[in-house]
Amino acid sequence: MNLPHKPKKNFLNLYFQVHQPRRLGQFSFFDIGTGRDYFDDGLNQIIIRRVAKDCYLPANFLLLKLIQKYPNIRITFSISGSALKQLEVFAPAVVESFQMLAATGAVEFLSETYYHSLSFLHSKDEFTSQIEKHTEKVQQLFGMRPTVFRNTELIYNDDIGRISHNLGFKGVITEGIDKVLDGRSPNYVYQHPDRPTKVFLRNYRLSDDIAFRYTQKEWSQWPLTPTKYVAWLEAVVKKEELITLSMDYETFGEHHKANTGIFRFLENTLTKVAKHKYIKMVAPSEAIELLHPVDTIEVPESISWADENRDLSAWLGNDIQRDAFDTLCKLEESVKTTGSTTLLNTWRYLQTSDHFYYMSTKAGNDGRVHNYFSPYASPYEAFMNYMNVVSDLSLQIEKHKDISRIVRREFTPPETRKRKDSSWRPEKLTF
Amino acid sequence: MKILMFGWEFPPHISGGLGTACFGLTKSLAKSDTQILFVVPRADGETTAKELEIINASNILVPLSSEEVKQPERKHIRSTKPTKKEESKIITLRVNADLSPYNSPDVLSGGTSISKWNYQFSKGVVQAGGKVRYQFSGSYGPNLMEEVERYARTATEIAEKKSFDIIHAHDWLTFPAGIAAKKVSAKPLVVHIHATEFDRTGNTVDQRIFKIEREGMEAADRIIAVSQWTKNILTKHYSIPPAKVMVVHNGALAKKQNSDIQQLPIGKKVITFLGRITYQKGPEYFIDAAAKVLEKYPDVHFVMAGSGDLLPAMIERVARLRISSQFHFTGFLKCNQVDKLWSGTHVYVMPSVSEPFGISPLEAVQAGVPVIISNQSGVAEVMHHVIKVDFWNIEALADAMCNLLKYPSLSKMLHKKSKEEIANITWDQAAKKINTLYHELTA
Repeated sequence: MNLPHKPKKNFLNLYFQVHQPRRLGQFSFFDIGTGRDYFDDGLNQIIIRRVAKDCYLPANFLLLKLIQKYPNIRITFSISGSALKQLEVFAPAVVESFQMLAATGAVEFLSETYYHSLSFLHSKDEFTSQIEKHTEKVQQLFGMRPTVFRNTELIYNDDIGRISHNLGFKGVITEGIDKVLDGRSPNYVYQHPDRPTKVFLRNYRLSDDIAFRYTQKEWSQWPLTPTKYVAWLEAVVKKEELITLSMDYETFGEHHKANTGIFRFLENTLTKVAKHKYIKMVAPSEAIELLHPVDTIEVPESISWADENRDLSAWLGNDIQRDAFDTLCKLEESVKTTGSTTLLNTWRYLQTSDHFYYMSTKAGNDGRVHNYFSPYASPYEAFMNYMNVVSDLSLQIEKHKDISRIVRREFTPPETRKRKDSSWRPEKLTF
Repeated sequence: MKILMFGWEFPPHISGGLGTACFGLTKSLAKSDTQILFVVPRADGETTAKELEIINASNILVPLSSEEVKQPERKHIRSTKPTKKEESKIITLRVNADLSPYNSPDVLSGGTSISKWNYQFSKGVVQAGGKVRYQFSGSYGPNLMEEVERYARTATEIAEKKSFDIIHAHDWLTFPAGIAAKKVSAKPLVVHIHATEFDRTGNTVDQRIFKIEREGMEAADRIIAVSQWTKNILTKHYSIPPAKVMVVHNGALAKKQNSDIQQLPIGKKVITFLGRITYQKGPEYFIDAAAKVLEKYPDVHFVMAGSGDLLPAMIERVARLRISSQFHFTGFLKCNQVDKLWSGTHVYVMPSVSEPFGISPLEAVQAGVPVIISNQSGVAEVMHHVIKVDFWNIEALADAMCNLLKYPSLSKMLHKKSKEEIANITWDQAAKKINTLYHELTA
């Protein structure tokens, strides 16, 4: 199913992932029942401000500068709700700089779950609510509605494709793994087997050349220069239609520090691409209009961009991860019947995939990446701490139920009930 | 009667039952006319006891061993740069990690005082005249073997200078010291077995430790075992003639009753395991029984308090059984936290695979908690108002837990009776037996 008239230029979509979990503080066995704060927002503030200074602000201003110079540049962001909320509270300048980027018209935002969660695995309702909450947040901050969906850590399967179609998304982005491509190239647009949803596949080799291998001196291609990299891109677009590159935004200045030259690399690469005669940068919504699927792609089992396996094993690969996840999921009904927004939000922040990522017991290269991100000394500490928090949350839910039952029955006329309920547990910060 | 006693732990520097036992025993011994010189690897201002004289081995001047004199630059003894002023006087010796025969008490707990205290390197400070003061860590850290050997060299110095009638050494760590002291003084040696390598490791014994234990027992004039269970191990695995071994059960230290009983927030029905999470303590049997109990009583909560080399494996076992929401790991607990846990515990379980004595069931009873213990423990010989099961019998263990949950009259009765019973399990009684032994040996 080739296009009748191949356009002279082929396309490049560059998408950056921005995510920050709301990290937990130490919560010991004897803290269970106290209901004291679960989140170490002091630590979160320090981390958010550090990453803002080293990455988000310099990278955003670099992009602003480049877009002014080359208006044909297109950049896509997916920013989790937990990152947006924490940026609003701890580093509002970053939100403003994203708003400036949004105002250029050269930048587009993707949809994802607000809490960067694995919610599609346990509850479609929950999954949908979190996507809607994220859409509202993006709309509120950047004045645009995402048309393309990317699930947490590019986790995708046919079912997720169907749900995203039902929610009105025209496309999804996932990992271009060899298993589902089965010999085909990731550098085209594909289509869901039974929905009109377009599927964009991340070119993980070219993406990871920047995200992982850029600083690896033992890599045969080290050092990676903009000229070399753009030549690789050119080789692809001369034959094929669309390169989807995506990586953590924190690649720039955080994973690779500024002194590695990563910002200069980004600047020179984008400049070369903007001036390139064969490469045209596109936003996902443009690609949806411009490109036709070459084939359908079936993904019966969940895939993702994480670890060597590129499946769910980064978060649910061992028993402690699965038991922790199940324990949290079981609280869904009871937390929702309390009607307390505070308890519900807390439960949702505990769904963030990072909490389970820290409990991974994988060794080798994967293990090193997990350790790099984890604030815990071991997966077992991550597990114990998390379970203590979940135990406390389930007690708070029970307590809330008892209290509101008494309040309802004995003291309060129905119209004031809601106010009583939501003031049950005082909040320091509104998340 | 003057006793030169070698220990490895003494309150407040303890990580297990050995320090507690030494404290209880010496306190009671001192009530008679027995005088005790108690040598510990390391002591500080906090280590005090009015009844006995504490000798801090770290303060004893010892001649350098020939090896240290000849080869201070050997690979495993690295000199660090001395400060200018003291250049000629001080050599800091660091010994490379070698082994950790005891499961270190807490790998995961992070900043607890005990774990910090355990991971120090031993140092020696050489004084003018070629003598050394070893700075012992007094721990069960990686350079334990080296420390045991140096402690013995210190013992020679002490035995030469002090006068005493009997040498009494507690557990294998101090046996080389006891033997060294006997060599220079020709006084009778008593070795006291609180635990053997077989209890700690099952059948994967460290041959070096086994050898030290056996040499100590062979060199001793008499052996004290903390239970018949232990005596049987000594005769079976160490080929010690039964007549040489005297059984002296441990006592319980009287403790102030914590009157304000507080329920733990996790629930009314809490079943607790408390101890090092190691092979010896049988934590997996507790977990498997917990899973069975939860089938019948899904609201019960289980607490596994403590730390040890099997903690990660136990966390995984609980998760595999999908009972993490009812099963809590606390990590290493401080004293006041242990009291808190006791006050919220409904049943205490000690499913040890091989427990020479086992002091924690006594503590549980003192705190008002009924107990289930394994038949493979010394304490089972002296406690009768408890439920006893074989550690491997998960069905029986789960059944006992359920019964104690179901029949309050049973747990009340067990608690009442066992409390009366342990009033008679005292260190005074143990001290009386040991005093008799001392007199036999000097007669």
